[in-house]
Amino acid sequence: MNSVGEGCTDLKREYDQCFNRWFAEKFLKEDRSGDPCTEMFKKYQHCVQKAIKEKDIPIDSVEFMGPNKEKPDS
Amino acid sequence: MVKYFACVGLLKSSWDQVCTAFWERYPNPYSNHVLTEDIIFREVTPGNRLVSRRLLTKTNRAPRWMEKYLPVTMARHAYIIEDSIVDPQNRTMTTLTWNISHARMMSVEERCEYRINPDNTSWTEINREAWISSNVYGLSRAIQEFGLARFKTSVTKTMKGFEYVLAKMQGEIPSRTLAEHATERARETALAAKERAKDLASQAHKKQQYV
Repeated sequence: MNSVGEGCTDLKREYDQCFNRWFAEKFLKEDRSGDPCTEMFKKYQHCVQKAIKEKDIPIDSVEFMGPNKEKPDS
Repeated sequence: MVKYFACVGLLKSSWDQVCTAFWERYPNPYSNHVLTEDIIFREVTPGNRLVSRRLLTKTNRAPRWMEKYLPVTMARHAYIIEDSIVDPQNRTMTTLTWNISHARMMSVEERCEYRINPDNTSWTEINREAWISSNVYGLSRAIQEFGLARFKTSVTKTMKGFEYVLAKMQGEIPSRTLAEHATERARETALAAKERAKDLASQAHKKQQYV
């Protein structure tokens, strides 16, 4: 899968591979022995956050789980 | 006015496998409309829950009548955010997905809870809710109907995509499943809703002509 930052796809794929292994083999087994992917994540994030700014994607003021309000049935 | 929709989905795979597949589900044969995928925030909380934010770019598929009335808005790709919390202790995952572009034209928010199926602990249940709204003068009802119809089709694609990825993970060839039965029903409902939306749009258009 491609990244929104054209030059970030390789970094993304490298990070994803590391994360998927850690997620299935450590995290889901509640093994808290630490995240081996932090450096890869930093490199990937540096690249993708730059691309997001360049493309003016409006992610800045979005709260986590932002619009999580109860809404009435229609 | 908001259109509300809720449904329950079932995946015949364990919660662990479904959560693992959740991060690996793009690309799949049913996701050609998803152009890019990025994790733009992630951390493990002190309570050992995984909190992530994913940014997706999707094509903006809409019927011709919408492109005719709203040509400028339709041109761009759509940006969608998906926030999620994975709790390995309680074996639950909660996701919230919504569009951050085109929101005034149509806003779709979807909330999902992924849990172990209570009747069969080797399966996973997905409780899904959506809220669809639109603020375009004269067209909001038609747009909401279209949004609901498209959402139902999306759910079918999502479930098929999941099943495909899970089967690949488990080294199997995907076989005919419950989702295929749901597809037929979803398709019929979606078609009826699309026709209704088209009617509403042409009625609105006629009203405008006589003003």
